[in-house]
Amino acid sequence: MKVHLKIWTQKNAADKGRFTTHTVENVSEDSSFLEMFDILNEQLVEQGKEPIAFDHDCREGICGMCSMVINGTPHGPEKETTVCQLHMRKFKDGDTIVVEPWRAKAFPVKRDLIVSREAFERIQQAGGYITARTGSAQDANATLIPRDTLEKAMDAAACIGCGACVAACPNASAMLFTAAKVSHLNLLPQGQPEKDKRTIAMVETMDALGFGNCTNYGECQAACPKGITLDFIAKMNRDYAVAKSKQIAKG
Amino acid sequence: MNLDSKIPEGPISEKWSNYKFHAKLVNPSNRRKYHVIVVGSGLAGASAAASLAEQGYNVSCFCYQDSPRRAHSIAAQGGINAAKNYQNDGDSVYRLFYDTVKGGDFRSREANVYRLAEVSANIIDQCVAQGVPFAREYGGLLANRSFGGAQVSRTFYARGQTGQQLLLGAYSALERQIALGKVKMYTRREMLDLVKIDGHAKGIVVRNLVDGEIEKYSGDAVLLCTGGYGNVFYLSTNAQGCSVTAAWRCYKRGAAFANPCFTQIHPTCIPQHGDQQSKLTLMSESLRNDGRIWVPKKAEDASKNPNDIPEDARDYYLERKYPSFGNLAPRDISSRAAKEACDDGRGVGPVVGGSRRGVYLDFADAIKRDGKKAVEERYGNLFEMYERITGENAYEVPMRIYPASHYTMGGLWVDYELQSTVPGLFVLGEANFSDHGANRLGASALMQGLADGYFVIPYTLPNYLAQNGAKNIKTDRPEFEECVKEVKAQIKKLLDVKGTKSPRHFHMELGKVMWENCGMARSKESLEKALKLIPQIREDFWKNVRVVGDEHSINNELERAGRVADFLEFAEIMVLDALNRDESCGAHFRIEHQTDDGEAKRNDAEYSYASIWEYAGPGKAPNLYKEPITHDEVKPVVRSYK
Repeated sequence: MKVHLKIWTQKNAADKGRFTTHTVENVSEDSSFLEMFDILNEQLVEQGKEPIAFDHDCREGICGMCSMVINGTPHGPEKETTVCQLHMRKFKDGDTIVVEPWRAKAFPVKRDLIVSREAFERIQQAGGYITARTGSAQDANATLIPRDTLEKAMDAAACIGCGACVAACPNASAMLFTAAKVSHLNLLPQGQPEKDKRTIAMVETMDALGFGNCTNYGECQAACPKGITLDFIAKMNRDYAVAKSKQIAKG
Repeated sequence: MNLDSKIPEGPISEKWSNYKFHAKLVNPSNRRKYHVIVVGSGLAGASAAASLAEQGYNVSCFCYQDSPRRAHSIAAQGGINAAKNYQNDGDSVYRLFYDTVKGGDFRSREANVYRLAEVSANIIDQCVAQGVPFAREYGGLLANRSFGGAQVSRTFYARGQTGQQLLLGAYSALERQIALGKVKMYTRREMLDLVKIDGHAKGIVVRNLVDGEIEKYSGDAVLLCTGGYGNVFYLSTNAQGCSVTAAWRCYKRGAAFANPCFTQIHPTCIPQHGDQQSKLTLMSESLRNDGRIWVPKKAEDASKNPNDIPEDARDYYLERKYPSFGNLAPRDISSRAAKEACDDGRGVGPVVGGSRRGVYLDFADAIKRDGKKAVEERYGNLFEMYERITGENAYEVPMRIYPASHYTMGGLWVDYELQSTVPGLFVLGEANFSDHGANRLGASALMQGLADGYFVIPYTLPNYLAQNGAKNIKTDRPEFEECVKEVKAQIKKLLDVKGTKSPRHFHMELGKVMWENCGMARSKESLEKALKLIPQIREDFWKNVRVVGDEHSINNELERAGRVADFLEFAEIMVLDALNRDESCGAHFRIEHQTDDGEAKRNDAEYSYASIWEYAGPGKAPNLYKEPITHDEVKPVVRSYK
């Protein structure tokens, strides 16, 4: 098949950036979207032009590195699918496809489709852990965890940290990401001792980094390649309210 | 070359305790004087960096991705072994040790493997404490399953994403140390050289992948946790950025490479769709617990709809050949059997490069027996993934699978302390050669990465540091300058070729040669052919590669070119090693050496050793050394999975 592409290109963070147009022919419909990009880049190299820079690594939907907004939707049209797992059979021969980077104040563009997601690291560092020094653990079966609780925590833990939720949100809010990280740990018995501290620290760091507020659009949930749901945001808000009230009560 | 493996004295079950007691310690208040460099942030790197920082050392950690959480350990699906015996089915440290040595076809160092089995239980405890959501039973206890080649249920798992959950655990511990200031994290950096001072590893040179700066960092020791070299085949289950580069540059600085020909081919990957394929996707081997593998008995049925092929026209070849293990036969055996069926013209799926390379993995019986719901609960996410990639619904038509390069058992040689032949350079996880012999058992890679990082290096590294002292080395020394100069020269050389073919072109060409001649089955003839072809590709590369763009910004082409250049050198010792090892063992199958029914035939009398290759200089044949592998505990037998 043949596709036309309108791709955001930007030399570096300081460059203004622009769309460039390209046509790629003889793409197999069994190829992935990124394999189509490989062909495009080979084509550009052949012409002595610089290829389009994009982030990718595992190409099996788990590392969270790939990040393209395709026709206005982060990760493209297929539900719960990262760009690297999106296949060309989801497009039609002759389609024009618009490809842009994640767009958010907290995710500055580094080059073309590559952005910096350093802000996510900061949120993690603020409290996205359970303090468990190596060697200090008790037997793994010493604390029983009901299966339902575990499964719920696992639902949150499935987040791959790609940032599609931020890219999809009209406010560029990182609530879904932060909620997934907070909830994974807050739901588990091991996560209780640091629960309040964690919630406040992660939420406040998120706010300080320039992410927008949540106004319940729900675009994040629709864009999430791992099916993380909005109820985790509700849960985080609850945890935050409780933690904050305790903080205030303590003075 | 010093190849003392430093195996501690005493009976096998006491060696690690003896070692720990006799190892030198660094006083807690002195630890802050030391600086440790960790390259790679996967399971081995992240766990090592976090654990050493917790002990009080200063750590700098490097990765080429934009976050340590993206290292390729994240892609492991199936599970992690541990000798917990929670299922009361006869597991023990000794049994896990025995299974690993046997699975490795008696080519691994027993003392290392025993230690791995010994600390396996601690890993599970550690991960659960961090909040890793391993699957549980309704009563709240941890669940287990049995995994490729094991007759006990000792595998812990977290849906189909055990690797991600374990890595998130190690990553969270690492992030905590970053926040505390004990670890300084450097992302989007690729290690391009090792700096030695007075013969000891004391620093690294990296390229900043964003602005192209060549940066230098010093430390009292360097830990290499950079994974395997499976991408030498071009198509593999590895991530796009995985390469041999860091290990290879260390090799060229004197770190010996062991058993490079031991590469594992995973039997359950999604077959290649065509020439535009950039990577192969693995599906958890756990699928083999319920799926039945077959091909048509007759080649003329290969293009038919599988549902139209009657039961008696199907060949369930694993069940037929290996009645007691059946579809759970070890990876190398299953992989080779699939290749044989396809070589026989009975492969299924699309024709790629002239033949059909796929076999069926059929869930019809499992669905009939347990119901679709039960199958969905067990493998739902894998079925979804399969459909996403192939466009086929595996509840209705059987899946198609084919083996792909997946893991590399070979790696830099290390002693019992995980120290390479360069003092101060330690190698952890897949990047070293130590624990899996000629073949790795399923669910053991995650175990080894975490064992090395959480429970081995925190004991063995201090032994080195205590004896060598904190040196506080500055990076303005001439040894650093020399390395920087060489790295810059190599980059310039790549950019200056200004040829006509892309780096990817050469990578594909090399991959094809390696897969065809040094892949699942090897012969003297095929290996000699590869030895002729590789230098030709290399020569062509240095004449005709075109690297567009410059070195001062993000340049994926330059990155790839550097990695391909290293693969083009490395491939040669891999083939030399396969040629030298004139026996079949584990994943290394020389067609000259097989039993009457096509099994790998070891030659213990002559090849019970680890082959160790030492760099002899540019253009010179490497030197081969041998570390004898002794069998004090587990007497070699012919592996039989019938």
